[in-house]
Amino acid sequence: MINIEVNKRTIEAKEGETILTALKRAGIIVPTLCHMEDFAPTGACRICVVEVEGRPGLIPSCAYPVEPGMKIQTHSPKVVRARKTIIELLLADHPDDCLYCVRNGNCELQTLAEEHGVRERRYSGGRIFKNVDTSSMSIVRDPDKCILCGRCVRVCEETQGVSALDFINRGSQAIVGTAFNEGLNVSSCINCGQCIMVCPTGALREQSHLKSVIDALNDPNKTVVVQHAPSVSVTVAEEFGMKPGQDFCGVMTAALRALGFDFVFDTSFSADLTIMEEGSELVHRLTNGGVLPMMTSCSPGWVKFVEQFYPEFLPNVSSCKSPQQMMGAVIKSFFAEKKELDPKNIFSVSLMPCTAKKFEAQRPEMEDIEGFPDVDAVLTTRELARLIKLYHLDINALEPDAADNPFGQRSSAGKLFGASGGVMEAAIRSAHFLVTGKEMTDIKVKEIRGFDGIKETSVKIGDLTLNVAAVSGLGNAHKILQAIKKGEKDLHFIEVMSCPGGCINGGGQPLGTDIEAVKERMMALYKIDRDESLQCSHLNPEITRIYEEYLKKPLGEKSHHLLHTEYEKRDSIK
Amino acid sequence: MAQNEFSSIFENYPNASRDSLIPLLQDIQEAQGYLSREAVIAVGEHLSLPASKIYGVATFYNQFSFEPQGKYHIQVCRGTACHVRGSLATLDAVERELGIKAGSTSRDGLFSLEVVACIGACGLAPVISINGEFYAGATGDKIKDIIDIYRRKAAQNESE
Ligand code: SF4
Ligand code: SF4
Ligand code: SF4
Ligand code: FES
Repeated sequence: MINIEVNKRTIEAKEGETILTALKRAGIIVPTLCHMEDFAPTGACRICVVEVEGRPGLIPSCAYPVEPGMKIQTHSPKVVRARKTIIELLLADHPDDCLYCVRNGNCELQTLAEEHGVRERRYSGGRIFKNVDTSSMSIVRDPDKCILCGRCVRVCEETQGVSALDFINRGSQAIVGTAFNEGLNVSSCINCGQCIMVCPTGALREQSHLKSVIDALNDPNKTVVVQHAPSVSVTVAEEFGMKPGQDFCGVMTAALRALGFDFVFDTSFSADLTIMEEGSELVHRLTNGGVLPMMTSCSPGWVKFVEQFYPEFLPNVSSCKSPQQMMGAVIKSFFAEKKELDPKNIFSVSLMPCTAKKFEAQRPEMEDIEGFPDVDAVLTTRELARLIKLYHLDINALEPDAADNPFGQRSSAGKLFGASGGVMEAAIRSAHFLVTGKEMTDIKVKEIRGFDGIKETSVKIGDLTLNVAAVSGLGNAHKILQAIKKGEKDLHFIEVMSCPGGCINGGGQPLGTDIEAVKERMMALYKIDRDESLQCSHLNPEITRIYEEYLKKPLGEKSHHLLHTEYEKRDSIK
Repeated sequence: MAQNEFSSIFENYPNASRDSLIPLLQDIQEAQGYLSREAVIAVGEHLSLPASKIYGVATFYNQFSFEPQGKYHIQVCRGTACHVRGSLATLDAVERELGIKAGSTSRDGLFSLEVVACIGACGLAPVISINGEFYAGATGDKIKDIIDIYRRKAAQNESE
């Protein structure tokens, strides 16, 4: 530990750390734009500058290490003036769009302008491109609102290993864009939305499906059905100012009814269904010399990643549709028959933590024989919050409510799908039963819990030793696939989630959260699993019922037709 | 375009790393006259770098063009001597006259425009060259006349 002096106060700092890190620990806030926690600094934006005694000019605190005895001023008039000028220069090239912007009230640039009292347009850059890229089914790019901080470029490259975006051109023509400046739809983008999560402005946002949902809710001829993904109930409360890690399931269900949805279902039910199918598929592969390691297929970003970058591994990917698509398929078949509804008149909405789910729902593989999609519209957690706000529902006045049958009951294993490792844990619990006919004595598989990007363990199922891995963040998927190619891994089953930590950190989740918040969300899911008694997918009575009444058996003919699909090699600019 | 076209160039860069990117792109531009999509993607594969990165780097430098050259390739010198004698206005005039930006080709395929650092004809500043022919003292106001020469040539060729 060394001592440095900040604003005339002595604080402790660790040797080698940046000034910014030391300041943060001492509770001294300096604004940042290009800085990203756990990434090497680029020093691009200079908004984090501080004054250091004896140094000419100002120093970007995110990029400079502390030195013993350093005397720092974080808010001297010179510093504040410099920051304000940086903001004014950014605004020079920025449209005056706040009132119409999806990030209004939740924008780092807007907040900085407000904090620094910017009251007039002092510079005019006139850098206007007016070429919003709406080509992607998941992500909208608006280069006019881009401040070239580079955060999206880095997350796409370093976290996701995709590199769909980079800096293009230079000087006044510089933009962040795709190879050949093409639409995102033909790029290698896998639709994960992690770039939206890090973007400080409205330059990146999701393709909104709100309008079609509102239209359906107001259409008297439509039965509007909604499903909510396992992770949404533990994150949506944050959009209403509540602290992370609260399960809002009951209130959210009540809100959905108040919004006019006719039936509210829980995607965790179809997660249980996925486990029945995928668990059986795994057992089948293990006992019939099938292709191993089997890899999960519930994260659509990951599926596109394999299709583009590793088509040789497509036979490893489970043929199961994702829980969202399975739910969509049984809503328009089993449920429609039960309720004597024409599937044409069902509008099926899903609430997802994810932007890639929008892409998945529109894949041609996800249509029934008549060409109707399993799922008609996908709303992110953020869009759900917008919908609730639009209707001015008072969240605090709603009495918690339960989901509808037949797809309202779930096991806590299904709920675990929301966190990295959860699919694996749920699958192990049920595979154990499928293979041995007995329940596990200790159902918790703690080695694959938590936030690590690659988690591996071995589990004993009867005479079988199953080597498994749970991977999240596609950069880590690169690593494990490369290791498999080199013959360095002997694995039977791999779960891959596109987003670091899994769906709780998905690209459709509330913005402006940090890793601590994401961990709280994870704990909320673990708590549900700890406290509830129905903890295994195969024990869910509604699952037993749908097999008895309709599907007959896992991997059976009906399942094959409704719940399974195939993926193909995909061309993209990569 | 066959991949083989680049293979012979790649052979000069075995064990290539990122440091080879610019020379590699230069060689391809030399051979092809421009950087085609296929070339950018092939370079990416050769260097194990994403296409977005190659494109990003290539667009950072003025020397690369992403369209085939026009029938008449115009080079505007932006060296110091030319700059002092008003080459910015020259460039501006060419861009306006052709309706294209430096690094691109007119839609009819007749003209392409490149900005070069120094042609080595400082005595003629500001200078432009069209298919290797130099035009001395090519200030902004002379551009239309010079370009018209080539427009007439093209029209003649066509009627023949
Ligand atoms: S990105 Fe931020 S500053 Fe720009 S228009 Fe949107 S809210 Fe306003
Ligand atoms: S959605 Fe994901 S893959 Fe696509 S550009 Fe953003 S970070 Fe990259
Ligand atoms: S799109 Fe957003 S994250 Fe990417 S560089 Fe622009 S402002 Fe930064
Ligand atoms: S945050 Fe430090 S330079 Fe951008």
